[in-house]
Amino acid sequence: MFWLGLFAITWGLSQFSFAIYKALDARWIVRFPKKYELPLDSWISSAMTWLVEDAHFGLFTFRDLTRFIAAVIELPYQFVRSLLIDGFSVGQGQQAIEVAPSISWIAIIGTMAVIALYARNAGLAMLAALCFAYLAIFGQWESAMVTLASVLIAVPIGVTGGLLLGILSYRHPWVEKALRPILDLMQTVPVFAYLVPILFLFGFGPVSALVATVIYAMPPMVRIATVALQSVPEEVKEAGRMVGCKPHQQMWKVMVPTALPSLMVGVNQVIMLTLNMVIIASMIGAGGLGYDVLTSLRRLDIGGGIEAGLAIVVMAIALDRVSQAFAIRRVRPRPDPAQPIYQRHPLISTSVALIVISTLLGIYLPGFRLLPESLTITTGSIWTAMMEWINVTFFDFFEAIKTFFLTTLLLPVKRFFSGIPWAWGVIVVGLAAGRVGGWKFGLMSAAMTLFIAANGLWAKAMITVYLVSVSVLIASAIGIPLGIWAGQSNRANSVIGAMIDTLQTLPSFVYLIPVVMLFRVGDFSAMIAVVLYALAPAVRYAAHGIRSIDQELIEAGKVSGCTERQILLRIKLPLAAPSLLLGLNQTIMLALSMLVITALVGTRDLGQEVYIALTKANTGQGIIAGLSVAFIAIIADRIVAALARNSQEKLGVK
Amino acid sequence: MERSVKLECRGVWKIFGAHPETFLKKHNGAPTSKDFEASHVVGAVRDANVQVFQGEIFVIMGLSGSGKSTLVRCLSRLVESTAGEINFEGRDLLKMSNAELIDVRRKKMGMVFQHFALLPHLTVLQNAAFPLEVQGVSQNEREDRARQMIETVGLKGREDHYPRQLSGGQQQRVGIARSLVADPDLWFLDEPFSALDPLIRREMQDEFLRLQSMLHKTIVFITHDFDEAIRLADRIAVMKDGCIEQIDTPENLVLNPATPYVEEFTRHIPRAKVIKLSSIMSKGVPEGEYAGDLDGHLAVADTVHQLDEADLPFRVLDEDGKPVGTIDARAAVDIMIGRTAA
Repeated sequence: MFWLGLFAITWGLSQFSFAIYKALDARWIVRFPKKYELPLDSWISSAMTWLVEDAHFGLFTFRDLTRFIAAVIELPYQFVRSLLIDGFSVGQGQQAIEVAPSISWIAIIGTMAVIALYARNAGLAMLAALCFAYLAIFGQWESAMVTLASVLIAVPIGVTGGLLLGILSYRHPWVEKALRPILDLMQTVPVFAYLVPILFLFGFGPVSALVATVIYAMPPMVRIATVALQSVPEEVKEAGRMVGCKPHQQMWKVMVPTALPSLMVGVNQVIMLTLNMVIIASMIGAGGLGYDVLTSLRRLDIGGGIEAGLAIVVMAIALDRVSQAFAIRRVRPRPDPAQPIYQRHPLISTSVALIVISTLLGIYLPGFRLLPESLTITTGSIWTAMMEWINVTFFDFFEAIKTFFLTTLLLPVKRFFSGIPWAWGVIVVGLAAGRVGGWKFGLMSAAMTLFIAANGLWAKAMITVYLVSVSVLIASAIGIPLGIWAGQSNRANSVIGAMIDTLQTLPSFVYLIPVVMLFRVGDFSAMIAVVLYALAPAVRYAAHGIRSIDQELIEAGKVSGCTERQILLRIKLPLAAPSLLLGLNQTIMLALSMLVITALVGTRDLGQEVYIALTKANTGQGIIAGLSVAFIAIIADRIVAALARNSQEKLGVK
Repeated sequence: MERSVKLECRGVWKIFGAHPETFLKKHNGAPTSKDFEASHVVGAVRDANVQVFQGEIFVIMGLSGSGKSTLVRCLSRLVESTAGEINFEGRDLLKMSNAELIDVRRKKMGMVFQHFALLPHLTVLQNAAFPLEVQGVSQNEREDRARQMIETVGLKGREDHYPRQLSGGQQQRVGIARSLVADPDLWFLDEPFSALDPLIRREMQDEFLRLQSMLHKTIVFITHDFDEAIRLADRIAVMKDGCIEQIDTPENLVLNPATPYVEEFTRHIPRAKVIKLSSIMSKGVPEGEYAGDLDGHLAVADTVHQLDEADLPFRVLDEDGKPVGTIDARAAVDIMIGRTAA
């Protein structure tokens, strides 16, 4: 009743807000009054300028600090990059003399295979080798190595930093309490928003890109590390204390090794997020594969985009599988110390030999250093031709689908959200949030909504909300039935699971390429990309919810004479409800993060605002718009999480 | 025979909840069950007084939630007591600095856990050697000692296995090896066999008794299984709702329960399993013919077949092997079927 009434009023106001404004001549109804708008963005911008130009901490200036950080990151990055692709040289520009070559491509492929073999088995080694060989054969090697260099720098920093923060917040509950809102914000503020200040502080270049990547990839590691340490069994901790471990022994000999499998999941996350950032980071100077994708996308060079995009995917698959294999790797017996070193460590010895021999050969035979261009294959033109053919042949078909969705779903929803007057919007969000999560949360949500309106972003925010709602609706409509199916049948599970895994491995940008090719820029393309990206949690949580139902309850249903259908509707679905809600929560979060990226294909939402701020290097504008997205995310997250909690409590499961 | 006290706790309280110290002070150090309920705090251990003698097996028995696990954690200071005093070899454990406590644990204490608490990334050998590694003992020496210990607990040949490759019983053997490798004086076992199958449990109890007959440690053993307590204990402390109801030998618990709870608990225990021959013998040894001699500390149940098959009564010997009484089949059978009040 409460919800129905709320919806009815909102709908009515949305429908007639324009008429009311005309009738009363009160423009403030549809637009937040200009003269009350907060000049927050210009304040932030001038504060940043002050920070960079005038701030002093006694001995050194703020600028010295950023230069120092830059140097600390740049040095190892340049080293790894020289090692992988550039070679080491002395001197500047034209006069540079190479003193040592980069590692041969054969050695890099071989080393990847050896690492995979160590992590699991020959099958995985084969996969890793094939993936990297693909990069060489399809002419993506140089860009790929630049990307790999930044991954090799960003991942250790992210993992170490995350682990240390995780340990701190495990040891001191107040650190965890202080970190939690920061992590929440870092995971919900769109990446674009902090690209702007980073660009401002570190300038255009690989360092900025690495800083942004680490900031983006570290939060999950902090969380996973904290949880992993917290879930070390109490008895194991006590065992450590009873044998007389000192605090550092307890941490590094007992806690961290016991938590290692979970920590490796965090490492995998950091790697995947780092790869996810590859394209976005290239906007502030990362270079490599991401830069190739970005430029092709801008030039609408279909073939080039797909080629470079696929290269990222291939690399992501290889790194993902190998790091996952480490997470579940089983420890093996230690070798007999009596054997000579090359027998005790055959894998390390092999790869060292491979690196030395092929790199030395590379000095005299260039073919060993880089695969000769004559041997590489380019598929760019094939892709372009194929896309053209599809577009010409199926133009009407795609156009019809697009029009159908636009007129029946997208436009009405858009009209509904855009019509809501901002003042009522603030009230309705407050009421809904208060109803679900208590009056404190209601007030907070209303304040956040007011913040968005007061910064003159109401209209854009409503576009964001509309696109997210439609995408989440469609993602759930597809994902939940798939998940239920996967939860009930093992065969469906293996097929759907593999599909979802692949979808999740793809960096978010990659979705955009084919979608834009087929449907051109606009809301519809954005929606499809968002749906594809946000599908995974809907499927996963639904499948998990169905699977984790107590088998006895289903048996109880069977002996009561339920049909399969009744079991599904009356037992499985109600019990899976908390899981479905958690999946919905994750779907919304992913949809929001993807939506900002789709600003590149021409949506007019908050994402676009952030993107414009980035191109103009307007710090204030970027941060305000970014915060607005984060606020929407936080409100949605808390409401759905509270709903999930309520339903869990009702079912008495925890 | 007076034995020296190894571990003693006096007036130990452990209260969970907000501001336990103030709560205790407010009720003059002796809150009642009603006080606990009113203040929403939990008295996991209430006014525990325990003396553990050198070389005995002291069993703390109670159902889940009775506070037995908390008490043993107070005794080992894994949990800080809210109030009270714990003396270990004459030193107050609760006043020790962290460094002293670490030293005591390294040299004098060992503990076995219900779910084994083995480190998954270490082999059997490395797990058993872990306490020595932490102390900084050289690799060769610690692995030699760990190897001996592994052989003692019967796991020779599995040194290079990882914990998850072992069965539950084998894992607990590793846990036992680890707890003994540093040759502690005081050995805590927290429900060590509760997570095992009944048959393995029995086997491990025998193994435990065998080890103790070799090593003569001072033992604090936690269990919720009264049968296990009777089998193993020299003395048993029965706990309920954080309070110790009674501390006594198994036989006395059954024969003279101090509270209705203990009586209820011991009612279904077959008397013959706990009552010793010395308790039911007829005192004095008249001249005559006897079927043989029996130790006075044997339980009736263990001797009844022997008594029944012989036509003559047996002589009962005291601890020094002197005949002090006689027993015949009828007396034993009376106990077995509960014919007369013992």
